[in-house]
Amino acid sequence: MNTKVTLAGVELKNPVMTASGTFGSGAEYSEFYDLGVLGAVVTKGVASVPWPGNPTPRIAETKGGMLNAIGLQNPGIDVFIERDLPFLKKYDTNIIVNVCGKTVEDYCAVVERLSSEPVDLLEINVSCPNVKEGGIAFGQDPKALEAITREVKKYARQPIIMKLSPNVTDITEMARAAEAGGADVLSLINTITGMKIDIHRRTFAIANKTGGMSGPAIKPVAVRMVYQTAQVVKLPIIGMGGICSGEDAMEFILAGATAVSIGTANFADPYAAKKVAEGIEAYMRQYQVEDIQELVGAVR
Amino acid sequence: MKYKESATVVEQKEIASGIYSLWIQTEQIAKEAKPGQFLSLYSRDESRMLPRPISICEIDRESGKLRMVYRIAGKGTEEFSHLATGDRIEVLGPLGNGFPLDTGAKKAFLMGGGIGIPPMVQLAKELDMEVQVIAGYRDEQFLADELAANGSLYIATEDGSAGTKGNVMDSVREHALTADIIYACGPKPMLRAIKAYAEEQGIPCWISMEERMACGIGACLACVCQSKEVDGHTHVHNKRVCKDGPVFLSTEVEL
Repeated sequence: MNTKVTLAGVELKNPVMTASGTFGSGAEYSEFYDLGVLGAVVTKGVASVPWPGNPTPRIAETKGGMLNAIGLQNPGIDVFIERDLPFLKKYDTNIIVNVCGKTVEDYCAVVERLSSEPVDLLEINVSCPNVKEGGIAFGQDPKALEAITREVKKYARQPIIMKLSPNVTDITEMARAAEAGGADVLSLINTITGMKIDIHRRTFAIANKTGGMSGPAIKPVAVRMVYQTAQVVKLPIIGMGGICSGEDAMEFILAGATAVSIGTANFADPYAAKKVAEGIEAYMRQYQVEDIQELVGAVR
Repeated sequence: MKYKESATVVEQKEIASGIYSLWIQTEQIAKEAKPGQFLSLYSRDESRMLPRPISICEIDRESGKLRMVYRIAGKGTEEFSHLATGDRIEVLGPLGNGFPLDTGAKKAFLMGGGIGIPPMVQLAKELDMEVQVIAGYRDEQFLADELAANGSLYIATEDGSAGTKGNVMDSVREHALTADIIYACGPKPMLRAIKAYAEEQGIPCWISMEERMACGIGACLACVCQSKEVDGHTHVHNKRVCKDGPVFLSTEVEL
């Protein structure tokens, strides 16, 4: 049974990775299981300097999911390289660093700093709905997306994953723009912008008013977008959005994702990502699938 | 170590209106738990994904049992309130740092307000010094027997139905109490008043903070509080309530 998949020439032992922002840099979850069971760890977004993030409350539960507006709190690239990267290197897994910024120069600075570091892929976060500058500003305009992709590629030694926002009219237009700009891989979907009102306090449930919605409630939207994107680009896709089980992951793979990310489910169960990897294997045994790659995009 | 366990409910009862006492049997968690730490309790309903952080009220390390006393605050805690003897519940813990016990202090205030009172029970048991518990209730009392068993208990009620009419600070003033260390848990206005008092008196004050959490283990950065010093994680001024706390020195955090 072969669970290996390849993303832009990088081989992963299995298609399961963590969704950026839900797993830190892995340290907290390494207390529960060996991170080496995962295909890759995708870190929380890293900027050129430390970011303090948004005021609290930063999250709220919603039915079948949650809203978050953490605001990309992160220690910046220096601390990341000094502390988090050496930690992750200890594990037999691939390392994908999520990169965030306020300007094109910010992104390029982080990408350049990582060029000589032991990082396998870079994921460019142009789709965070919770920061005022940067983030989604690049992810909702195809011209801006293509331009930043092209710019980042100039500085990148590692293959580039462009993480797409679902908060657009046509995801395929954005996917094509990223492909035109030279992206190596696409990941989708980031969170869907949402809002929750606390009717008892008569205010917004989170301080930022709006937040990014995630969790199983958004899964059908994510599967649809992965499917649509897979029809129009040649790039491999990392699918995510509410995956909680091997069965959920198989939906994304069958829709066209080469790999999958586990996000909010990590909060409902710290072992979630490991269980998804086991669940995919169980599915493969159940249907006698020799190679997981046979099933990528098998539903058309 | 943190453990995710399927714990067995030993006993649950409502000890005041909407306030429940839940004893659970754990494999490892109780053995390693400390006063001031908390557990994440998971709902059985998959539409409620996030665990509920509940503070530890009592620890029976010998038998591996833990007591949590919580208020129904929404649908998740409402679900927990129906747990009966023999039922299973998924829990993760022990989480957070807990209260420091060996401080060299001799005389303590343990100040709890409302649903901030429960952690004071185990703390009162474990502190090796003179323990003065000051419990502030809106009206109905709970855990008073347990608190009185491990220290001198002073009560304040907002409606004046028992003890001092007012809050915990009113009780301290009425009885002219003194201490050389404070441990506190409760609503923010109460913590602010206690922090100001501690600074005035020049005594250390350990407060247990609350913030909405997602992961409960320090990864998601949802539950931060503003800290005076640069935090160890992000190197800004945001300490994680779930991991760096929930107990902080009052001078360390902005309230």
